[in-house]
This record gives sequence, C-alpha cells and structure tokens, in this order.
Amino acid sequence: MRVFWPVTIAAAALIGLLAYGVASKGTDTTLDDAVAKGRRPAAPMIALPRLQRQGQASLADYKGKVVVLNVWASWCEPCRQEVPLLQKTNEQIASKGGVVLGLDTADASNKAIAFLKDMKADFPSLRDRDRDFGRKLGVTGYPETFLIDRQGRIAALQRFPVTQQWLDQHLPRLLAEKA
Amino acid sequence: MRFLALAVALLFAVAPARASLPDIEDEVMCIECGTVLAVSNSPVAQQEREFIREQIAAGKDKQQIKAALVEQYGDDVIADPKTPWLWVVPVVAALLAAIGVVVALRTWRGRTPPTEPPLPPELSPEDARRLDAELSG
Repeated sequence: MRVFWPVTIAAAALIGLLAYGVASKGTDTTLDDAVAKGRRPAAPMIALPRLQRQGQASLADYKGKVVVLNVWASWCEPCRQEVPLLQKTNEQIASKGGVVLGLDTADASNKAIAFLKDMKADFPSLRDRDRDFGRKLGVTGYPETFLIDRQGRIAALQRFPVTQQWLDQHLPRLLAEKA
Repeated sequence: MRFLALAVALLFAVAPARASLPDIEDEVMCIECGTVLAVSNSPVAQQEREFIREQIAAGKDKQQIKAALVEQYGDDVIADPKTPWLWVVPVVAALLAAIGVVVALRTWRGRTPPTEPPLPPELSPEDARRLDAELSG
C-alpha cells in the first residue's frame, strides 16, 4: 500500500494539536488526588492584596493557624448562600486558633466589599485579581473551600459549597493538631 | 466670532469621543466565560457591564475604562492578547498545510499515467470471416 507522507504528517499534526487542546483544557486533579490519598500538599504562599484594607498578605502570615480558605465572588449566588455559615465558623474557631480567609476572585473590589458588608461578614479576604492563586489550587468554579493545617498544608478541600457536616468532619481534627 | 467657532471646532477635535458600552464590550472579555463580553450574559459579565456603566457615568474615556477593568479583573479582561507568540501556532499550522497541499499537487501532477495494456494480436483472415458470420447470424 502506498503511504502518502505529506498527508500522513499533516493528519498526525492535526491529531496532535487536537489532543493538546483537549489535554490543556482538562481539569487538573493532582491536588484532589493527593488529598484523597491522605497526603497534605503545601499550599501556595503567594502574597496577595488585602480586600478590606491596604497592604498584602499570604498564607505564610497565617502559619500556626487552621485556615478555612474560601474562594468566592460577589456575583456568585452559591457563595452568597454559604457566607452566613462561614461567618459563624469564623466566630467559632477564632478562639481555637482558626480563621476563615476569603479569596475574592474575578470581582470588582467595590462590589466585593459591598457584598461582605451586605452579608454582615467580617472575616478577612485577599484579592486574587488575576486568578493565578486559584489556578494553583485547581479552582474551576465558585465557591470552593480548602482547609489549611497549622503548617500551611492543604488537608481537605471542597469543590462545591461547604456544609456544616463537612466542616464538622474535618475542622475539629485540624484544630486539635499542634503547630 | 470666527475665532470662537475655530476654538469650538478644535475642542471637539481634541476631546476624546464619549465612551459607550457597545464600543467597549466587544474589546473586553467575560473573564470567567472565555468569550467576548458582548456575547456573554453570565453573572460576572453582568457585573463587568455594570462596572463599565459606572465608569462611563463617572466621565471616563475608553482607555481609562479599560485601564480600570485591568486594575479590577487583571490583564485577561482585555480581548487583545499581549502575548504575540499566541498567533504563531495558527500561522505555522497554515504554512504547514499550504506546504502539504503544494507537495501533494506536485506529486500528483508528476505521476506518470498508467501504461495501456498491450493490444491483442490481430485476427487471421479466417477468424475475421468466422467472427463476421457469427455476428451477422
């Protein structure tokens, strides 16, 4: 059988391009897999602007605390629904060395601040303006929540809105751990 | 009077055109949808539109509004990518395809036509007569 090389090479290149396109659009589940296996990957420690006040902060500033890192946006309706639970959690864990830290993403800062005020939520938030931080966590939607242990490692994650049950399942164990 | 008219004309010539939402939203991305803002109606797109309207109401021109969008949503919000190498892939793919077509055409044109099968030997006079007789019968 005669093989016509230019067409064969062009077809192979096209298939390769398609495969690259599909692979590059796929969801990165590396973090999910690691956490599911009981490992605790290090959380990214990039400094980000604070939402409610001037200056920057990173997860490194919260080492020694258990951090409930919640990815949210003011335009996201499920985020609005879970804010009361997060606010209550923040109040409950503050005395035990825990904190809820928001990661406001793809949002106008004035809308985000107004949103928190409207929801009577006062937990601190950082701004992930370029979504780079979220990409490192494999964020694909909103809201998502990550539990960071006292050593700055990701101990649990929830790709959907959190529930009291999920928090009760993970938080007491992490709060009981020593730094 | 002529001086006043000239001054007014100059003012209009120098002052940037007032920004409008339709003019901006086809040059801006819906950051979570991956589409141009003009064709998106997601919640984040609606927030971006509201933000643009507020900027227009504040009297900002198009460039100032784009800068404000970048300040809030990052570089990805501008539809024109700043990384020129992004255009390399389709250009290289098109060049390779064109080269493939040229090579294919040349190869097909240069191919020698298949040789005709040899003709059978001519019939003898006797066979020719028999054939004519059978065909006419």
